Amino acid sequence: MLEIKNLYVSINDKPILKGVNLKIEKGEIHALMGPNGSGKSTLSFVLMGHPKYKITKGEIFFEGKNITEINPDERARLGMFLCFQYPTEIQGVSLFNFLKTSYNSINNEKISSMEFREIMKDKMKLLGVEQKFIERYLNEGFSGGEKKRGEILQMAVLNPKISILDETDSGLDIDSLKIVSNGINKVSNSENSILLITHYKRILKYIKPKFVHVMIDGKIVLSGDEKLADELEENGYNFLKEKVK
Amino acid sequence: MNNCTVNINNNYEEKYGWNVKIDSINETNIGLSENTINEISKIKNENKENKWINEFRLKSLKHFQERKMPTWGGNLSNINFNNIIYYKKFVDKKDNWNKLPIKIKETFDKLGIPEAEKNILAGTSAQFDSEIVYHKIREDLKKQGVIFVDPDEGLQKYPHIFKKYFGTVVPYSDNKFAALNSAVFSGGSFIYIPKNVEVKMPLQAYFRINSENIGQFERTLIIADEGSKVHYIEGCTASVYSKDSLHSAIVEIIALPNSHVRYTTLQNWSKNVYNLVTKRAVAYENAIVEWVDANIGSSLTMKYPSVIMKGEGAKADILSVAFAGKNQHQDTGAKVIHLASNTTSKITAKSVSKDGGKTTYRGKLYVPKKSDNVKSSVRCDALLLDEISKTDTYPYNNIENNNAVITHEATVGKIGEEELFYLRSRGLTEEMALNMIVTGFFDVFAKEIPLEYAIEFNRLIQLEMIGAVG
Repeated sequence: MLEIKNLYVSINDKPILKGVNLKIEKGEIHALMGPNGSGKSTLSFVLMGHPKYKITKGEIFFEGKNITEINPDERARLGMFLCFQYPTEIQGVSLFNFLKTSYNSINNEKISSMEFREIMKDKMKLLGVEQKFIERYLNEGFSGGEKKRGEILQMAVLNPKISILDETDSGLDIDSLKIVSNGINKVSNSENSILLITHYKRILKYIKPKFVHVMIDGKIVLSGDEKLADELEENGYNFLKEKVK
Repeated sequence: MNNCTVNINNNYEEKYGWNVKIDSINETNIGLSENTINEISKIKNENKENKWINEFRLKSLKHFQERKMPTWGGNLSNINFNNIIYYKKFVDKKDNWNKLPIKIKETFDKLGIPEAEKNILAGTSAQFDSEIVYHKIREDLKKQGVIFVDPDEGLQKYPHIFKKYFGTVVPYSDNKFAALNSAVFSGGSFIYIPKNVEVKMPLQAYFRINSENIGQFERTLIIADEGSKVHYIEGCTASVYSKDSLHSAIVEIIALPNSHVRYTTLQNWSKNVYNLVTKRAVAYENAIVEWVDANIGSSLTMKYPSVIMKGEGAKADILSVAFAGKNQHQDTGAKVIHLASNTTSKITAKSVSKDGGKTTYRGKLYVPKKSDNVKSSVRCDALLLDEISKTDTYPYNNIENNNAVITHEATVGKIGEEELFYLRSRGLTEEMALNMIVTGFFDVFAKEIPLEYAIEFNRLIQLEMIGAVG
């Protein structure tokens, strides 16, 4: 479904990603771990087409299509979704109206507010949010937990083929983490894929990845199954740095 | 970029900017003189019992001629007062759309006025160049004593109220354009809401400029008696011409104790119109005055809705939004004069500039020493959509009383890359994302006006946003 081939990325001429290779098949959950500054968030932005980052080498394929050069909105319409670590606040635009516009644009539909309210119902229940929540301005004054719930609500409604979750667990208390993880699990099925980017193992208690990858200094240095996360948790990244050398 | 500009004009022209050819029944010769004034007075039958109004006009003309052009604000140097037709009338006023000449009826049909009247309005008037051509108020309001007529009828039928308040809030000598309006005013509204009467649905006046080279000088006087409540809405559009038109109005509001007046404006003149308007209210004890003012059209607008707080406990809320595109300057703002203690005011100004357009916020706040416990908050936000557009802020605060609580916040912003990326990552094209951000920026205005108008307002903004993606 998603294939990253030998990807090199810079920001302001500073190299961040230095040859990333990754392949995610349909129905798979992959966790990407790594220390601060290793390039995990950069990878998530690049996958979604953020204009700030410059791809100097390599390619990204989505369902066999080379998407290295295409716009973020086209990627969204192909079925890609980025769950932001720090979702942007947009004043004066309600979460509901925004998501309706997004839904219509991605699915090339023109459904009304009334119909969309129906679509939203179950998903709102799943994330435990009230009507009031979706009427609020997009992310404005949201707590950390509310922002993440908002992101997963969007994911649930838009039903993307691949979701890139950028540190969705950071800043969540244990209750919110459970709700958010449960939401992700409900959306996840054999037809879609997830790339879960995280610092910590704790979210992996709720979401079970098939593969765990470790990124250090702009490269995936180690891949394995769930056990790799345990090893990291015990020994830290420094241990791994030694091991890789 | 050129294509986009043409596109905008075409859109305006198609939706609002067409004109109809129709013969006038009265019009003054081009230019302005005592003769012009006397002619207007004659047509309006002001020469007998209402001779005073003709004298008022002549006095105002003299002041206009003597008064220098303002040297602040926008560029007024291209206005040629000799090239303007000051009065043009096409038909006597009707209270049935079907009795109007078909071309005039069709104009207002196309603008959706009879439709709005049916759905949400308590009273409707429509002005075509210099005169009101259609006027109607719901019967039940009439029975309650609500007066909603044009100034000519107000003067003739209700001379005592008219004379008592006319020109008391905005004197003819207030500024050069107030003097001009006082000299040649025609059309507009005269409204009186009796004590404790609440008009639940809005009254609306719609102003249409159809002819080339015309000046429109309507005059609105609203008196809200004690404990009454009214919402007045005005909308306007104009035919597109290569030559300039001039719109110079005066609005006076008298909000008597405990009354509540809201005045909403959706200004959408074509881009050949100079829009130079004086709007002012006086608020007595515990009265509430709200100006809700949007300026989207015109080449230059200079307009600063004001409230003079004369009674204790009065409240003023002024919301002013502006959109300036190519070759437009929106010089807008607000003034509040706190002449009484325990008065509160809130000013919110929001502007967007695009394609080299310019917005200016000009505000004045005055709290004299004698006014205790005054509260005022001012917030101005400007959004620039590109590098060539401009915005300025001129807040003049004169606070003589130390216990006044005044807050002022101003921001100038550009649309951030992160905001755009967030929206685009959700499948919105760059154009949709920009539209959404700008619409959201103005939401504070849209949610203050009736839904039908909010939809219209958002549509106008989207029309202005065409071509925003470079």
